[in-house]
Amino acid sequence: MTVLEQRGAYQPSPPPAWQPRMDPAPLLPDAEPYRVLGTEAAAEADPDLLRRLYAQLVRGRRYNAQATALTKQGRLAVYPSSTGQEACEVAAALALEERDWLFPSYRDTLAVVARGVDPVEALTLLRGDWHTGYDPYEHRVAPLSTPLATQLPHAVGLAHAARLKGDDVVALAMVGDGGTSEGDFHEALNFAAVWQAPVVFLVQNNGFAISVPLAKQTAAPSLAHKAVGYGMPGRLVDGNDAVAVHEVLGDAVRRARAGGGPTLVEAVTYRVDAHTNADDATRYRGDAEVEAWRAHDPVQLLERELTGRGLLDEDGLAAARQDAEQMAADLRERMNRDPELNPMDLFDHVYAENTAQLREQRALLRAELEAEQGDQEGGLR
Amino acid sequence: MTTVAVKPATMAQALTRAMRDAMAADPSVHVMGEDVGTLGGVFRVTDGLAKEFGEDRCTDTPLAEAGILGTAVGMAMYGLRPVVEMQFDAFAYPAFEQLISHVSRMRNRTRGRMPLPITVRIPYGGGIGGVEHHSDSSEAYYMATPGLHVVTPATVADAYGLLRQAIASDDPVVFLEPKRLYWSKDSWNPEQPTDVEPIGRAVVRRRGSSATLLTYGPSLPVCMEAAEAARSEGWDLEVVDLRSLVPFDDETVCASVRRTGRAVVVHESTGFGGPGGEIAARVTERCFHHLEAPVLRVAGFDIPYPPPMLERHHLPGVDRILDAVGRLQWEAEG
Ligand SMILES: Cc1ncc(C[n+]2csc(CCOP(=O)(O)OP(=O)(O)O)c2C)c(N)n1
Repeated sequence: MTVLEQRGAYQPSPPPAWQPRMDPAPLLPDAEPYRVLGTEAAAEADPDLLRRLYAQLVRGRRYNAQATALTKQGRLAVYPSSTGQEACEVAAALALEERDWLFPSYRDTLAVVARGVDPVEALTLLRGDWHTGYDPYEHRVAPLSTPLATQLPHAVGLAHAARLKGDDVVALAMVGDGGTSEGDFHEALNFAAVWQAPVVFLVQNNGFAISVPLAKQTAAPSLAHKAVGYGMPGRLVDGNDAVAVHEVLGDAVRRARAGGGPTLVEAVTYRVDAHTNADDATRYRGDAEVEAWRAHDPVQLLERELTGRGLLDEDGLAAARQDAEQMAADLRERMNRDPELNPMDLFDHVYAENTAQLREQRALLRAELEAEQGDQEGGLR
Repeated sequence: MTTVAVKPATMAQALTRAMRDAMAADPSVHVMGEDVGTLGGVFRVTDGLAKEFGEDRCTDTPLAEAGILGTAVGMAMYGLRPVVEMQFDAFAYPAFEQLISHVSRMRNRTRGRMPLPITVRIPYGGGIGGVEHHSDSSEAYYMATPGLHVVTPATVADAYGLLRQAIASDDPVVFLEPKRLYWSKDSWNPEQPTDVEPIGRAVVRRRGSSATLLTYGPSLPVCMEAAEAARSEGWDLEVVDLRSLVPFDDETVCASVRRTGRAVVVHESTGFGGPGGEIAARVTERCFHHLEAPVLRVAGFDIPYPPPMLERHHLPGVDRILDAVGRLQWEAEG
């Protein structure tokens, strides 16, 4: 028998000042991802909402296909497809009010477009003619963030500032499962909880960070569990169930708006395509896994519900597809035009007022361009 | 005519006053950082601001530099003007990612639509006997990042004036506070803070004819002392206080070097890859035909900042500056 095993030899008691700060139980996520489609609860879903979600899902799926095709034609440098994850993208945009803000990561072009940003402007970063094509203030969408998780503290700061100003604005910040390992993720969640900032964090757990599976990313029971340590609720939702994601995000947004503080939502989904068009997914996963997820496709899940309840007939389905086709044709046509580039842009947005150094360098480039033009006009002398 | 009392004030007091006046003038100015509220900052530079303006405007944040600067980005997006305090030079490094990946380029990537008016105050440099990580001169990192202004005051008046300008600037400013000058005193009238030259302008602090010392921040008083000492050697040194490393004032610097024909750059930061290399190259490119000798550098050694008991060997002092000035007699040697 060791000393510690002797009865009464060691009776741990908390230090005098210790007391739990709050009961963690209400913050814990459910054991299973929350679902609506395919359950009895689906019957209560608003038909109008279902139709709106569906139209955006079909558009999103088509957008992903079109953008991927554009990489093959060399029109886009790269495209990280969100095929299979459209429900998260669409629900994110539709859960917000107009005055709210969206903080997307590089994979979230669909959410950006569903929020109202012009599809071509949303692709500027990936086409390579500029970093951010749209005006962030027009639709209250922050620039697509390429460094992982770094946009999360921005969302917290903006939401905090809005609350200080007395505006009931909510920020929704999106991040991948890999991004949750970054330090900025921790700092953002902690700030948000301490400040009770009106923020919703949406983790799209699509199984992989490029090639690394979730098991190598975290040892937590779920990513939603991470919320509890910060003192905010964690919610786990089926990320392929557009209605469930919309509902969970909607609850979180309303809670934040009412002063209830931040929420961490983990949407369990799957990246059906490779990480980007440049990635070979066969090196790190098998077909069987992909096929199992294809059978749980977000578009089909919702389509089944709509047709089953008689909310959409063949004509309705055809109309949604046609609308998406039109969007794709428009996107294709506009993306096939060469963008108009102005090299002077290189200097025009570094500082509010150019420095002497930049003025000098700007003049140098202008002279070079003029000489180039002169050469072209005059032919070879 | 009313006479105003001109009282001695420390640089730290002038900085506090600058933030206080900026906060009073503009409700969008928010001060945030570790210990800036109740304590008033570890150097007491934010003393009294939380009391006067409330904790929402002078906020003790969690201990997380990336989080502090990252949330400041979002606050600036929503129209606030955050003034962020990093507790010490080497503790700003966790926030580097935010500074370089977002703060410096948000205006650029959004084609001018989303400027970020953030001031990042960083106490920097050595000479106060600090332990490791409390004495770094990190200016070269910031200078190498387009989109940031990099400013460092050396006088009490500049501490006030430059910080007001930094806070009012629509661009992000890295505001480097030479911590060994925090307690330096100067006659200064806090009721009518004198206007100082704008960010981007260097100032000739001492007129001279035989060579120019180019310096900034913590090294300015050392250079002034060296210039006095050099008189007995027959050297009449001009001293230029750069004040702003980005934008850089080629005009004032080159005018001085053309006049004197000789130049020494003096700073505590490492010489290799340090600010002096950039400055010497610029001067050489622009003033080659006026130069009587190569532009020399007197800098800290190329070592991690030394422990306090050895720092006096590392920091450029009067003697090292005078040695360099002696070496400017190039023709005689050549
Ligand atoms: C700070 C940072 N480190 C590394 C990368 C390179 N990188 C781009 S995407 C990616 C994987 C991200 O995985 P996850 O967060 O799960 O998002 P997903 O791609 O699955 O949407 C990596 C490592 C990056 N963009 N930013």
